[in-house]
Amino acid sequence: MTIRESKRLWLACGVGLAWFLLLLWPMLGIKPTGLEFGQTFTVFGYVAVAAVFIMFFYQVKEAGYLDSVGTPLKNATGIVGKVYEKTPRWLLLSIVFAAAVTYPLVTGRYAHDVAISVLIYVCLGLGLNVVIGLAGLLDLGYIAFYGVGAYTYALMSLHFGISFWLCLPIAAFVAAIAGCIIGYPTLRMRGDYLAIVTLGFGEIVRLILNNWMSLTNGPNGILSIPRPELFGYDFRSLSSMYYIILGIAMVTILAVYRLNYSRIGRAWEAIREDETAAELMGVNTFLLKLLAYAMGATFAGFAGAFFAARMKFVGPESFTFLESAMVLAMVILGGMGSIPGVILGVLALVALPELFREFEMYRMLVFGGAMTLMMLVRPAGIWPAKRVGRRSEEAD
Amino acid sequence: MDFDFFFQQLINGITLGGVYALIALGYTMVYGIIQLINFAHGEFFAAGGYMGVILISYLASQGLHPYACLAISLVLSMAYCALLAMAVEQLAYKPLRQASRLAALLSALGMSIFLQNGLMLTQGVYDRAYPTEITSGGFEIGAVSVSYMQIFIVALTAALLVGLNILVFRTRIGRAMRATAQDKVMSALVGINSNRIIAITFAVGAGLAAAAGIMVGLYYGSVNYTMGFVPGIKAFAAAVLGGIGNITGALVGGLIIGMVEIFAAGYISGEYKDVFAFIILIGVLYFKPTGIMGENVDDTRV
Repeated sequence: MTIRESKRLWLACGVGLAWFLLLLWPMLGIKPTGLEFGQTFTVFGYVAVAAVFIMFFYQVKEAGYLDSVGTPLKNATGIVGKVYEKTPRWLLLSIVFAAAVTYPLVTGRYAHDVAISVLIYVCLGLGLNVVIGLAGLLDLGYIAFYGVGAYTYALMSLHFGISFWLCLPIAAFVAAIAGCIIGYPTLRMRGDYLAIVTLGFGEIVRLILNNWMSLTNGPNGILSIPRPELFGYDFRSLSSMYYIILGIAMVTILAVYRLNYSRIGRAWEAIREDETAAELMGVNTFLLKLLAYAMGATFAGFAGAFFAARMKFVGPESFTFLESAMVLAMVILGGMGSIPGVILGVLALVALPELFREFEMYRMLVFGGAMTLMMLVRPAGIWPAKRVGRRSEEAD
Repeated sequence: MDFDFFFQQLINGITLGGVYALIALGYTMVYGIIQLINFAHGEFFAAGGYMGVILISYLASQGLHPYACLAISLVLSMAYCALLAMAVEQLAYKPLRQASRLAALLSALGMSIFLQNGLMLTQGVYDRAYPTEITSGGFEIGAVSVSYMQIFIVALTAALLVGLNILVFRTRIGRAMRATAQDKVMSALVGINSNRIIAITFAVGAGLAAAAGIMVGLYYGSVNYTMGFVPGIKAFAAAVLGGIGNITGALVGGLIIGMVEIFAAGYISGEYKDVFAFIILIGVLYFKPTGIMGENVDDTRV
């Protein structure tokens, strides 16, 4: 990098920081009692130090001083990659499986709680992955199906006393029907319009849950939902609930994997890459897009029924747009269309923030920032899917 | 039929519709020029509302007349949101001009969440109230009550719309905007700096949204950090209804959405009023994606 380029970079950084100060100060510093500077400059100071540090690191990296560290690191990752390639798949999978099974035996209650929410989001993320990652339909109202599943179990078990295990497929089925109802009118739309319509549908479902007092008990939610039970064994402890969701998550992973490499999965990918061409080649786009919605909703329905059983409570505030955006962020961060990517994305956005609990307030801020940053630097995600193209209509 | 109630709702509907129209203009202008649904637009609206509260309460404590406070805060808030929008555009949208539409859309969504939470962290989770000496006061015609605030909102909306019309159709910048919206490459060839024009479009749209934010704050008496989301979606519905990219369409769409919301709340059900805006949105996109006043666009753009 020449001196001139470097100067321009630092100038841009300086202008950016000055601009940031201009935006930050009125929000923090104007009080009815008077103008205040202390708090603003503390916050600004942190951001400025971070920015300068990142800039410095970038310059050092560009100048090649880090090659002595970077090259061995690259070699090391290469070696790890080769070892990973050579190790048989079943060995790796059985190690992961054994770790997942023994996990609750060696950890405490809090860790179980985190693991359960990770697994719920894995189900949700993989379900959304079918819709957006495989079929390429941007769905911003996905959480509605989760809500439908949760309310189905809650109402069925309370009013009719149906057991959890019977309710699980019923909840998934009802969610799939909701998926078809929402999917049907949106089939003609693509891209931005599809996103905004699914968002509208998601909000409508939430408003119905919030206002249909006689059915859903409105904003108060439904209380004392029974825990699952199997042959007289009551899943009262958190670790037994962990095994249920582990089972559901494994079924989901397996199902999404099989779907991905089936004829249906191929057809979805064809629709994602070029809908017109897929239709010309004889893919029934109407049916398959509807199926993508239904399948995605099914997994959300499973997760929803479990969520209701685990919390023993459902309320409309669990199914807001922000929740949809969170699941979407996980899918994007990990890599659309890639199963290990989605799992990685969920771990990054659910488990990591637990390590920094005192910064919980900043959680959504980081979500939003990470989503934008990811699009800027690595739009395909951390662990991208192997085969992703670009939609033909977006190419121009 | 109760005519007093009908006229009361009509007045409320016009007030709210004008506000939606102002937000919708920002969506429509940005979409017209770079084909992006700017999800963060609702957040500019919320930031404008907050800036209004902050400035009005500060200026009022300095002993200024309430209306002078309002005028100064309005101008400063619009300027603030214009700067905010330009920063967002520069950071989150400009590097993605050549990327896929999905990437830009998700970046916008991320920005929206980021800004909303930024607002929460700096201003807290509770509602902030506008001073009552500004929001109160009014008169009655028969049984229909009209507040000064409503008259102010309608007048200001009209003034801003006239100003925007002059900007877009009478100035060089406006001509450059229209040219860029029509064909970016050709307008760049004749010497229009399209990056500058896009930045100006964002700034103007956000300025209008900030004015709308203050008006909604005055109308309902308080602001909240989540206030950007639902009005943002409704304004987008208004922009789509009127034909996205069309400025007159945004005004018509905004008025229709405002009317529908108020009349649905008055005659059908207050709880479900938001549902009707969403149903209109879905219905329009399903049956006539080009909107009422939009021209036919190429199928691939939809």
